[in-house]
Amino acid sequence: MAEPLPVLEMTGIVKEFPGVRALSGVDFRLFPGEIHALLGENGAGKSTLIKVLTGVYSLDGGTVTLNGTPVRFHSPSQAQQAGISTVYQEVNLCPNLSVAENILIGREPTRFGRIQWKRLRREAAELVDRLGLDIDVDAPLSSYPLAVQQLVAIVRSVGTGDSDGPGSGTRVLILDEPTSSLDRDEVLELFALMRRLKDQGVAILFVSHFLDQIYEVCDRMTVLRNGALVGEHLVRDLDQVGLVQLMIGKALDQLEELHDHQLHADVGESLLTADGVGRTGRIAPFDLEIKKGEVVGLAGLLGSGRTELARLLFGADQPDSGKVTIGGRQVPMSAPNDAIAAGVAFCSENRRAEGLVPDLTVRENIVLALQAARGWTRPVPAAQRDELVAKYIKALDIRPADPEARVGQLSGGNQQKVLLARWLITQPKLLILDEPTRGIDIGAKAEIQKLVVSLSEDGMAVLYIAAELEEVLRLSHTIGVLRDRKLVAKLANGPEITPTRILETIASGEHQ
Amino acid sequence: MTTTSRWRALSRHHLFWPVAVLVVLLLVNVPFTPDFFSVKMTDGHLYGSLVSIVLFGSPLILVAVGMTLVIATGGIDLSVGAVVAITGALTCSYISDQADQDALSGVLLAMGIGLAAAVVCGLWNGFLVARMGIQPIIATLIIMVAGRGVAQLITDGQIITVNSEPYKLIGGGYWLTLPFSIFVVAAVVAVTVALTRRTALGLLVESVGGNAEASRLVGIRSRRIKIMVYVFCALCAGIAGLMISSNTSAADGNNAGLWIELDAILAVVIGGTSLLGGRFSVGGTVVGALVIQTLTTTIYTIGVPTQTNLVFKAAVVIIVCLMQSPKFRAKVFGGGRFGGRRGDRQAATPADTAPAPEAVRTMEVS
Repeated sequence: MAEPLPVLEMTGIVKEFPGVRALSGVDFRLFPGEIHALLGENGAGKSTLIKVLTGVYSLDGGTVTLNGTPVRFHSPSQAQQAGISTVYQEVNLCPNLSVAENILIGREPTRFGRIQWKRLRREAAELVDRLGLDIDVDAPLSSYPLAVQQLVAIVRSVGTGDSDGPGSGTRVLILDEPTSSLDRDEVLELFALMRRLKDQGVAILFVSHFLDQIYEVCDRMTVLRNGALVGEHLVRDLDQVGLVQLMIGKALDQLEELHDHQLHADVGESLLTADGVGRTGRIAPFDLEIKKGEVVGLAGLLGSGRTELARLLFGADQPDSGKVTIGGRQVPMSAPNDAIAAGVAFCSENRRAEGLVPDLTVRENIVLALQAARGWTRPVPAAQRDELVAKYIKALDIRPADPEARVGQLSGGNQQKVLLARWLITQPKLLILDEPTRGIDIGAKAEIQKLVVSLSEDGMAVLYIAAELEEVLRLSHTIGVLRDRKLVAKLANGPEITPTRILETIASGEHQ
Repeated sequence: MTTTSRWRALSRHHLFWPVAVLVVLLLVNVPFTPDFFSVKMTDGHLYGSLVSIVLFGSPLILVAVGMTLVIATGGIDLSVGAVVAITGALTCSYISDQADQDALSGVLLAMGIGLAAAVVCGLWNGFLVARMGIQPIIATLIIMVAGRGVAQLITDGQIITVNSEPYKLIGGGYWLTLPFSIFVVAAVVAVTVALTRRTALGLLVESVGGNAEASRLVGIRSRRIKIMVYVFCALCAGIAGLMISSNTSAADGNNAGLWIELDAILAVVIGGTSLLGGRFSVGGTVVGALVIQTLTTTIYTIGVPTQTNLVFKAAVVIIVCLMQSPKFRAKVFGGGRFGGRRGDRQAATPADTAPAPEAVRTMEVS
């Protein structure tokens, strides 16, 4: 393949933060009509590179050329005008506005300063249509699941400066973890969209933690480690094992250890029983038993009711039928406090909105659940608090290991560990983990899975939700399968249980 | 540590800018009043501009300290001015009904009644905000408007004057050569700091203000916390109401504490607490309130004509706010050399690396 001129070339990029050299002399190029994966562990500098490119951060060294012309963006809007659009991991749209408004926000068609609503809806609908999506542009964005919101974000981003066709204005599209909240079908839909854009000559920069997806859709990849360039390869030249080794810079023993792991057999007596617990419109009444030391995994497509089930068991939403018994005592579940007092802990899938208090420090975030349980009059003594925090920072390898760091500044994997630490110091009997490994790198992922295994060995019950079936299978003693907001099957894990078998159960919706 | 890095560390301290503004404002007075910083002893009392600033600023400091906690939970309390008026009116009308206005027990009881009314106002605000889920600005607007009416009802639309030596002490008396108000303020500030930092209340307040949903899911009883801060805020306003009516020996339902809520909010903001809630600084608020009082004093000493003094005040406030904005400083001084305050809130972006505070704070928000 004769190499055309790169549409984008970054050379010797340096970005420094006080005390941290986030990027040291990174080179990166992007060719028109390719899908290019940017890979690396959390903290490797992927997001920083993207933010430097899109003008969110200023540059401390190096050059960026777009179509051969040196450029320097001072704001994301400048980058956007130059044809570089970004869709971030967390959807940055307004859920209360309609899909059409979201797509065209900031560049609504106007006449005499008034917004032309009809034209706005028509243009948005055309754009959605041309990208081959089936979305009602008049509906409020919040009426769609997160996955569709993600697609809307891409439509919005591609539509920027778009006058003669989809993506005509966008030359570079950056997708930062777009698939982390999508299920398989939606991922395929996204990939189809990406390929269509690629055929139109758009250069796509794709960041994902799912290596399979990289191999499925990407042409080329650039690997970063600790802020430095490790290499640029054609995807077909490098296999997955080689790639992972490049990313983490060491062999894979840690991951292999998990693969060989045998589920421990000493599951204890019953801890939690749910009898006909349900909530209209969220999840049909279900029965579930969780035993001490047992890992119960929930499998099902996105929106099948996994999260809803977990939230009812924590009192985050109130069940309108059934009863929950924990340790032989019925728990009213009128508020999370009831469940917490009974020894239940819950890490939400939505770390930023429902987990962290970003302004507070790592220490304060970690101590929060324990403190809430003690009430405001009995502060955790400083010495005990510092000791606990230090212990868990070390045990979970939270980086930076600075209890004074603001938690909002940590990477996704470390934020997840902070949330885990927050609940672990309360010594819960049941730990509910909703997508604990979403959007975090492969190393942290393995660490969290290992932690789940060792906690259950120590007798803690775990309710584990993950989009990846293999992950659920690897960890769970029992697998609850959900479909259409209904718990359709409870399967005891064993050699005969395979991802295919679970998929069949999801598809047929029957206990087999 | 070099001088530069020490300077940088100092300029990053969350009290740096409020204190810097205060110092500049104080210095502005010197050319106009050469003995501005001198403090004289007359009749066993200390007199001087600095003492006056603290004395006249006392009610504002009290109200602002209470307001700080409310704002830290993400709320706001517009009713404090009305609470000042109600407390003053109730207390004064009770004292004026006494046969012997100098009787200590009567005065204490009167003050107790006044403060109890303040607590009731706070409970009402807290009930509306925490239980009924009404937006704080609307919930507290009710007492802001209706409360003045209540105060007028209590005083029959008259200005009630009292002549009570013990009552005079709070707002106009002296103790150990200093105005007694200063001791009251010091005590309230000390209690507030102890209440928030020696217990876990501060942490829980910051958590509720920083992320309400996360706080609920972590098991914090945020309703209880919110009701507490509104009651505390009203109580602080009540004490300020005692101080103001004591200072003038009169209760004026119409004008006592008029617009003090706005000055208090401003003091909180100057002190570095974000109106979005979360991190708060009681120390910052005290400095912020002193800045506002100094500004008022300065307006008189440098002889700004009465009809333009609000405009002058507004101009200074705008400058102070601009100086505190990291974005503005980055534009004017270049490169964001000076770090921002702790209370700054840019959307915390989940970043691959730990980004520098400046980098996040000075970025263009588009």
